[in-house]
Amino acid sequence: MRGPEFLRQRVGKLKSRMGGVVPGSHATIRGLDLHSAFKDAEWMDIYMFAITGRRFSSAELALLQSIWTYTSYPDARIWNNRVAALAGSARSSGALAVSAALAISEATIYGGGTYVPAITFLQETRRKILAGHSLSDCVREELKVRRGIAGYGRPLTSKDERIIPLLDRAGELGLDRGPHLALVLQIDHYLAQSRLRMRKNFAAVAAGLVADLGVSPREFYLYGFPTFLAGMLPCYLEATDEPEGALFPIPCEDIAYAGREKRFWAKKHNHAQMDPAPESPAVNAGMTSGE
Amino acid sequence: MSQDTTKEVIHSRIWQEEAEADNPFAARVAWCHGFDVYGDMLGKARWVEMLHLLFRGEAPSEEAAQLLESLAVALANPGPRDPSVHAAMCGGTGGSPAAAALMAALAVGAGNLFGGHEILLAVQDWSDCGTDIEAWRNRLSNRPPAVGASAWPKPEHPPGFDPHGVQATLIVRQTLTCLAGLSPGAHLPWLKEMRPDLETAAGLPLSLTGVTAAAFADLGFAPEQAETLHLILRLPGAAVHALEQWEFGHKKFPFYQIEFETDHPDQSQEAEA
Repeated sequence: MRGPEFLRQRVGKLKSRMGGVVPGSHATIRGLDLHSAFKDAEWMDIYMFAITGRRFSSAELALLQSIWTYTSYPDARIWNNRVAALAGSARSSGALAVSAALAISEATIYGGGTYVPAITFLQETRRKILAGHSLSDCVREELKVRRGIAGYGRPLTSKDERIIPLLDRAGELGLDRGPHLALVLQIDHYLAQSRLRMRKNFAAVAAGLVADLGVSPREFYLYGFPTFLAGMLPCYLEATDEPEGALFPIPCEDIAYAGREKRFWAKKHNHAQMDPAPESPAVNAGMTSGE
Repeated sequence: MSQDTTKEVIHSRIWQEEAEADNPFAARVAWCHGFDVYGDMLGKARWVEMLHLLFRGEAPSEEAAQLLESLAVALANPGPRDPSVHAAMCGGTGGSPAAAALMAALAVGAGNLFGGHEILLAVQDWSDCGTDIEAWRNRLSNRPPAVGASAWPKPEHPPGFDPHGVQATLIVRQTLTCLAGLSPGAHLPWLKEMRPDLETAAGLPLSLTGVTAAAFADLGFAPEQAETLHLILRLPGAAVHALEQWEFGHKKFPFYQIEFETDHPDQSQEAEA
């Protein structure tokens, strides 16, 4: 439905199936009273309920929490963490630091940008294989369309130290026997046999495990949003405790310039002029700056 | 200048600096695409010329500078009804940091409804269809699906058109007329001439986003460059409306009524109470 009449019906009010607050009375979330239904709940419980409308078992919640825990690296070199640390070094606020760092985590080559492609590929590949397609055809098609497979390969190194602990944890919880995780391992085996130097990374294993909990791509994407959060806070704190500006100082000469040669700006021009204007102070300074 | 190949450096084709003799971390001179910014450009270059230089690597022609400047004026304030400005005002009314209000405007203004991602798609359309009306008719009636799965919601209307519009507004028509008159390119004049045909093909009226995308196409901006500059150029309005709401205070800012759509009658009654 579109148009001004549709919009007019919605002026000044919120219609919600998700819930809200009646100030001074109570609050609801997806039809449940927040303070009674979640009286003793872990935060992961309400977080997953908020996203999916479903309550997960204790083992499932523990696995979901471990996925976050096992990638909480307080390493300020990592690009999203570095944003939090730079904010600390530049003396910005902690909330701005972490908000920006989480937004940065929605990257194409890691983090949030890989979640939907990774789980979608697994779910679609499983459907295709059940329909009679071969694994190799599915992998080749994905490589042709996307020039890569989300969840396989890693920007800095091909070895992912998070995988064994996560698989061990899933095994302890009895959640390592689902079909999507099995598919993750089959694809990894296929890629290892091929000349493609891509191995499964944390995103593929996490996507397989979470897909086996019946979670959709959109739900997995939203679940994954705070994945790196716990690692960001130490980065901010340490940079804040150091003298201001002490994080990754860059000397001028460490900008490796490979652009246009030096030239002069004409005040009114149709194009930048290469010939120096005789009155320009920069000419007398021999292409150094006028003051 | 020789570089130590073993150390890690920032690679740039845009910016070069020369350090003060007594401090390697203080720039004495900074060049942007070869121009001395503080020793030569400052006092001569206009803001939009600097923007063009930064994004396109070259100073703009006078015609391109005028087009970009008028586009910047048109985009400077989407107004307090716009979702991105509304988001910034949510920061302002509660006293959130200035950066939070602008981050809110960027996040909400990044999407497929009059936002940065719509600009990206619309400029891609100009790149694909140019001034070929048949290509546009085909694109508007049969948009190819995005390649691969993505976290971005699927577009719900043709980029550049207003999903809730009845006709192209006076503001849209005035902007199109002005920018088409200034443009050194082919897209804006063609859009002005062909607007009725394109609107028929889309089944929707042209939006300011559509005019903006054509302007970026005429300026030679790549889709990603257009997306980014569109985000920047809409921030001034978000900023001032956020500041204004802090002055008014939260009691003068709408909080709105809520209606719970639920199977639980108790909740509906209590909400009404």
